[in-house]
Amino acid sequence: MWFFILAELLVFGVFFLAYAFARMRNVELFNASQLELDRLSGAINTVLLISSSYFVVRAVDHIRHGRSRACAHWLLAAMTLGGAFLVVKMAEFIAKTEAGISMSTNTFYMFYLGLGFFHFMHVVLGMVILGAVTLKAWKGGYSATDHVGVETGAAYWHMVDLVWIILFPLIYVLH
Amino acid sequence: MKYKSQAVAKPYFIAAIGLFLGQISFGLIMGLQYVVGDFLFPAIPFNVARMVHTNLLIVWLLFGFMGAAYYLIPEESERELHSPKLALAMFWIFLVAGAATILGYLLVPYATLAELTGNNLLATMGREFLEQPLPTKVGIVIVALAMLYNLSMTVLKGRKTAINLVMLLGLWGLAIFFLFSFYNPANLVKDKFYWWWVVHLWVEGVWELIMGSMLAFVLVKVTGVDREVIEKWLYVIIAMALISGLIGMGHHYFWIGAPEYWQWWGSVFSALEPIPFFMMTVFAFNMVSRRRREHPNKAAVLWALGTGVMAFLGAGVWGFLHTLAPVNFYTHGSQITAAHGHMAFYGAYAMVVLTMISYTMPLMRGREANSPAAQLAEMWGFWLMTISMVLITLFLTAAGILQVWLQRMGASPMSFMAAQDQISLFYWMREITGLFFFLGLLLYIGSFFIKGKPATAKDPATARGLASATA
Repeated sequence: MWFFILAELLVFGVFFLAYAFARMRNVELFNASQLELDRLSGAINTVLLISSSYFVVRAVDHIRHGRSRACAHWLLAAMTLGGAFLVVKMAEFIAKTEAGISMSTNTFYMFYLGLGFFHFMHVVLGMVILGAVTLKAWKGGYSATDHVGVETGAAYWHMVDLVWIILFPLIYVLH
Repeated sequence: MKYKSQAVAKPYFIAAIGLFLGQISFGLIMGLQYVVGDFLFPAIPFNVARMVHTNLLIVWLLFGFMGAAYYLIPEESERELHSPKLALAMFWIFLVAGAATILGYLLVPYATLAELTGNNLLATMGREFLEQPLPTKVGIVIVALAMLYNLSMTVLKGRKTAINLVMLLGLWGLAIFFLFSFYNPANLVKDKFYWWWVVHLWVEGVWELIMGSMLAFVLVKVTGVDREVIEKWLYVIIAMALISGLIGMGHHYFWIGAPEYWQWWGSVFSALEPIPFFMMTVFAFNMVSRRRREHPNKAAVLWALGTGVMAFLGAGVWGFLHTLAPVNFYTHGSQITAAHGHMAFYGAYAMVVLTMISYTMPLMRGREANSPAAQLAEMWGFWLMTISMVLITLFLTAAGILQVWLQRMGASPMSFMAAQDQISLFYWMREITGLFFFLGLLLYIGSFFIKGKPATAKDPATARGLASATA
């Protein structure tokens, strides 16, 4: 799993570098387009993901003490926030589509929509992983000594969160 | 060999090697035509030689995959093949159809062949690599479907392992993506777009699953390393291969009229495609160095290690070389592409089939391994072919760099033919190395006929080859 996480970070890393490179060549276009973004929803989403990451930390802490049910509850809470993230993000995408914006509009929007969607799919995958872990935790499949699954799921979710923490300032805010 | 029905793999492998010989012969003919333009004209024009060279490659690899699947699936599923008779019938259908197609290419003009075979009913011919007449294409679908039915039934009723499931997934993908060869829209952009779905999604997507599964199977057998360890590797490798391959495909959409964002998506994701190949190399070497047993078939181990290295170099490194949009802008369709094609096909797919043949053929002939003398000849074949292929690739790369420089850069670029004249030295060197490759192939084929007492794990002659490879 660590290999997978590192590979994922590498992909996003390459994209962030590509973004920086593309922006350097066309700063005005990027700055102008950036102002059209919905920063409030981006900020809400940041809070949602960071909170969900904290919930996952709580879940790991509980399973380390062998409390399966509490672990499952916190994971469920984390997934709820993940779901809320998806709803907010979806609303943002719909608004952009209605405004007639697509990946072909300009290079900035190519990155905004492309990276946003790519990250979106990672949140979905992260929720699937957390879902499987939650189910197993609920059934008492983990214990204080054996809970690699919970930690692996948590690591993946933190990765998804980490990428967003870089993506949000980079694409929405940084001028 | 644990199950009787696994023996249906044998005719498939023999046919594969026979067609491989044909492929290399036509490669030598067209290699010479690069520098002696009218060699064998008008009997075998360049375009026909090229078509035969590339089509034979695909067909022999398909024979190899099918043979491998018929051997591997019963063993992994721990039961006899659902229907060995069906598998044999499909072998003959495929062989006859394949031979008839090649004869068709050679004996009648392509346009006449198109007319004779009903291309006017459903036009699918005339596109590079998908030149097969309609009946051949339909035949491939029938053979593939019968094979998938046969293998799926075997797996469904038997044990399910990562290895046989990945193999099956790869073969299903192969069959499904081939269906795009029937789609031939009038819009040139769309035509090219879906053409790539067969031509390159095969090799940078689903074929990688087949390759990973075959490599894992042989490594389980020859190293005795825990299946669990090998399966974990396999999962990560195929996940990486699929993610990077499916979106990395975008490197073909750059310059054919697809939306501009593909320059970014194609570049970034295809730049990641070397990773699964690199993992395969690390995987193979790691498993062999952690081996729990000394398998007497050292040649098979050598092939497995070689596949890892050459696939990474040919598909990974040489692919990356020209995959980024700003580079590809200049190198598109030059000899650089040919260099990549040669080493990638040999390193990844030809070698993995030869690995499988090397491991299974002795078993199907009633011994765990061939005699030390036979293995030595096979290993000489390995080195001759592999080193020749490295040189062919280097010469073609040099030719490609020069070609791009002369023909596509600078204020007054040369015409295509003038540039070709300038790089003919490299074509000569490639042709001579090709002869060495041919010699290596003959030696390899000859190794099947060398008799003697089967090797044991301790044989010094064969152990040396392996020791030097893993040192």
